[in-house]
Amino acid sequence: MGDVEHIQTAEQQGVSRRSFIKGVIATGASVSASNYVLRSGHGVALAQAPGSVERLVTLTVNGQQRRVDVMPQETLATTLRYKLGLTGTKIGCDRAECGACTVLVDGVAHYGCSTLTHQVRGREVMTIEGLEGADGSLHPVQQAVVDLQGFQCAFCMSGFVMSMVELTNENPDATRAEAAQHLSGNLCRCVDYNRILNVAERACELTRNGMRS
Amino acid sequence: MADYKLIGKNYTTPDILAKVTGRSKYAEDFRAEGMVFAKLLLSPMPHARVRRMDASAALAMPGVEGILTADDIPETEAPNEASLTNEPHYEGEPILAIAAVDEETAAAAVEAVDIEFEPLPFVLDPMESLRPGGPNARRQGNTMAGRDLSTIKWDSVDWSEFDRGIMPLGGEVTDEWEVGDVDAAFAAADLVLDESTFSASLSHQPLETRTSMAYWQNGKCYMHCSTQSTARTEGGTARALGIDPTDLVLIAEYCGGGFGSKIAGCPQDQISGLLSRKVGKPVMLRVTRQEENFFGKARPGIQTRAKFGFRSDGRVVAIDLMMVQDGGPYGRSGDYMSCADQASLMYQPESMRVRGLTVYTNTPPRAAQRAPGGVQAVAMFAPIIDKAAKQLGIDRLEIVRVNAPEGQAVFGRPRQGVQGNVSSAFVKEAVDKARDEFDWAGMQARSKQRNGTKVTGIGVALSSYSAGASGVDGLLVIRPDGKVEIHNGAGNLGTESFSDTSRPAMEALDTPWEQAEIVWGDTSKHLPWSAVQAGSMTTHAHSRSNWAAGLQAKQFLQEIAAAQLGGSPGDFTVANGRVYRSGSPSQGISFGRAAELAIRMGGKYDGHELPEDINEMTTRSATGLAGRGLVSAAKDNFETGGRNMSYAIGFAEVEVDIETGAVQLKDYKVASDAGTILHPQNFGAQLHGGGIQGFGVALGQKWVMDPQWGLHVAKRFYSNRPPTILDVPHESEMAWTSADLPDPFNPVGCKGIGEAPVGAGAGAVLNAIADALGDDVQFNRSPVMRDMILTKLNPELREAHNPLTTHV
Repeated sequence: MGDVEHIQTAEQQGVSRRSFIKGVIATGASVSASNYVLRSGHGVALAQAPGSVERLVTLTVNGQQRRVDVMPQETLATTLRYKLGLTGTKIGCDRAECGACTVLVDGVAHYGCSTLTHQVRGREVMTIEGLEGADGSLHPVQQAVVDLQGFQCAFCMSGFVMSMVELTNENPDATRAEAAQHLSGNLCRCVDYNRILNVAERACELTRNGMRS
Repeated sequence: MADYKLIGKNYTTPDILAKVTGRSKYAEDFRAEGMVFAKLLLSPMPHARVRRMDASAALAMPGVEGILTADDIPETEAPNEASLTNEPHYEGEPILAIAAVDEETAAAAVEAVDIEFEPLPFVLDPMESLRPGGPNARRQGNTMAGRDLSTIKWDSVDWSEFDRGIMPLGGEVTDEWEVGDVDAAFAAADLVLDESTFSASLSHQPLETRTSMAYWQNGKCYMHCSTQSTARTEGGTARALGIDPTDLVLIAEYCGGGFGSKIAGCPQDQISGLLSRKVGKPVMLRVTRQEENFFGKARPGIQTRAKFGFRSDGRVVAIDLMMVQDGGPYGRSGDYMSCADQASLMYQPESMRVRGLTVYTNTPPRAAQRAPGGVQAVAMFAPIIDKAAKQLGIDRLEIVRVNAPEGQAVFGRPRQGVQGNVSSAFVKEAVDKARDEFDWAGMQARSKQRNGTKVTGIGVALSSYSAGASGVDGLLVIRPDGKVEIHNGAGNLGTESFSDTSRPAMEALDTPWEQAEIVWGDTSKHLPWSAVQAGSMTTHAHSRSNWAAGLQAKQFLQEIAAAQLGGSPGDFTVANGRVYRSGSPSQGISFGRAAELAIRMGGKYDGHELPEDINEMTTRSATGLAGRGLVSAAKDNFETGGRNMSYAIGFAEVEVDIETGAVQLKDYKVASDAGTILHPQNFGAQLHGGGIQGFGVALGQKWVMDPQWGLHVAKRFYSNRPPTILDVPHESEMAWTSADLPDPFNPVGCKGIGEAPVGAGAGAVLNAIADALGDDVQFNRSPVMRDMILTKLNPELREAHNPLTTHV
């Protein structure tokens, strides 16, 4: 695809016809091979509109600076999954109902499906891929999952894990009931909540005992 | 009990590190060079015909790659579901798919399709279709009689009864069976309860939608999809694509939930596969949450007239059921008949009569959902058992026990006049264990305790369901590096049975688990013929098949050692990754060395000669592995002793707010009989996860549909919400226990445990809510909504709807 931003505008075919971009690819090492555009439709029009935002932005994800071409209306979950190759963040509903896409932005849990990528410019984004230490050591929350064989199908797992990371950072003394309140923005359809709360308690315990977080 | 080193012990499954680091790849996580996206055009009506369709404007749009319509796919024989149709039978049914360079272009192209629908008559409630002159969901009829679509109307029944909330009797049915003298048993009964009851339809709602991505290379289709089973998805998917199974590479190492809705993949996998072939590019079909609600399957609701006869000691002597199932528009789900079978098993009546039919409706397609029919049985009948206990003055746990099956209990629809039997039932042992461990007396003492506006209710319910298949194959390779590679075609749904059932192979080889490697989830990796991962089949089926493959590998190792070191095979012991002369561990060879010798000896030792009784798929896979080491492919030929069933008994404690009707679950404990426990952590998770899914059945999960237009009102999580973490007991850990007695017809004693716990949760919660409100209160409907509770508490309030009405 090369390093040229390749934009092709549709011919107007009627009042309701929308212009679009065919395969917007940004430059160099800023994108992986997994660069796909799910929603590009309004790109050209909005980019030219007054008050529109820059398309080529720098994001800080898991401690790394990533240059990426972002549509104005693009969600963080889409950017992470389809432009940065970080498919650990799942999309379960795309409408802030299930929390499978939960990531941390400056340490605070956000639904990636309901956060615009442009909102996180200049902020620290953390996904499940960023929890493991460079030496392969696990985060206390990850360790707790492994210790207790937590979760079943695990499609909700990365969202829950990120919410738990926020919990262990904020309140490692949380009671089971407080942990449940903290995790109530995440749905598990295997409804493995009993074990998920065991994991949360174990993660808090590991954190209190000084395991890195 | 046998002294196992691996069975019954907790351990770390081989997939969890990938899951917890985000490296596990589900269908939507794969990318292929040149991949394009598909979007669907969905039916806006509950029943219609495409009168005219012109996609030329859509196809002329830049970036649009191509279209797939019902005319491009092989015709599907009625009453089965096709992936695309020109006659949609429910709102949201896919009509066509368009592929484009990006998803929004595809969506814009779908909007640009010029399409005209001819509305057709529709029906949402099966009883409305049975009324004289009522509409049929399909033009050819409203039910299946034998192999044909036909029409049944209940012209001669008393419909005014139904309008008063009573299921009418006497209408024509398509299925019936009877054992014993039902009328005589009722005449002799000390108590007869005659109830009309309903359990609602319920979407599966797996968190991962049925997204798929497919591409073709050198005539082979590579299909990334979401399926519960791997080996059992290959054949159907290949047929749907019109190719030989050897030309399909199906990759599904992780499945984000299915609960019966993805047993062998999904009809919609055909769309990405065929569209990809048509446009010559990889196609990703991302299924949205709303689309998942439409075509992601659901448990059928059942409306029932249930008559139970009891002896004064609580023993059920007769059951008479008349059932009408909400069949959705396609297929022929048999929930109502398994509902009757489970009632027969749980309550062991001497005589029983069953009549029923499934009626098509213009609502989403139905499929098996975790304990299909079993959950409805418990939700509808556990309250009747509870009511009898209260009327007869019997302890509510005792009435469960007095009726519970034991030994090789007989049950269910007779075949050639004879009822079948279970392989084992240790329900009474489980009840006795629970009575002490859960302090049943203490729980009972809290019944009806008042705390402000909140009243405590206690409920208990028994649930049973199938727990295992048999006769599938095991396949393992002992490699020259000493590793034991265990191939499993069951699939990875989250139950971890693909890994847990591999443990018996290592147990048979008496070798540490660390020496095992599990191969699963990819048909190019030589998978054996396996059970469907549904109906709790795999734990029993694959503990047997892997035990067989393990024992055969052990025999091969002994023969190889004898040939190499002299003596007879029986002189050698297999343990700790070695085969050695018994009593002299130094006189032996390692698994790695034995694998090298197996390759040199060839024949049956390295897979060049295979048993004749294994499945063709296993033969193909084992042949692919031949020469790589010691290959052991074996069919499970162990003795069977009846239908494999497991059991769960739920104990719920709720608080009902009598001012608001709100229900809070305070505690839930569950006892079980599912044979020897294979992996305790996962066993407990199945018991509690299943139970909590049952809470959704009891408390609030349902469809709401607009009766005027036949359209969905509750089609997302927020409007049809599964239980959240705050809906379940979360102040302390929930307890579980198990009889933990081996099934005599499994070589390592194991049975499945996925299904039975769901009904236990549903029934226990329903009984607990009724218990809180008074001994004469009973809900003959699930889910129980707040308005139903408030209506019970205030006799002046009228019920909002007929309790038998669907989708309100």
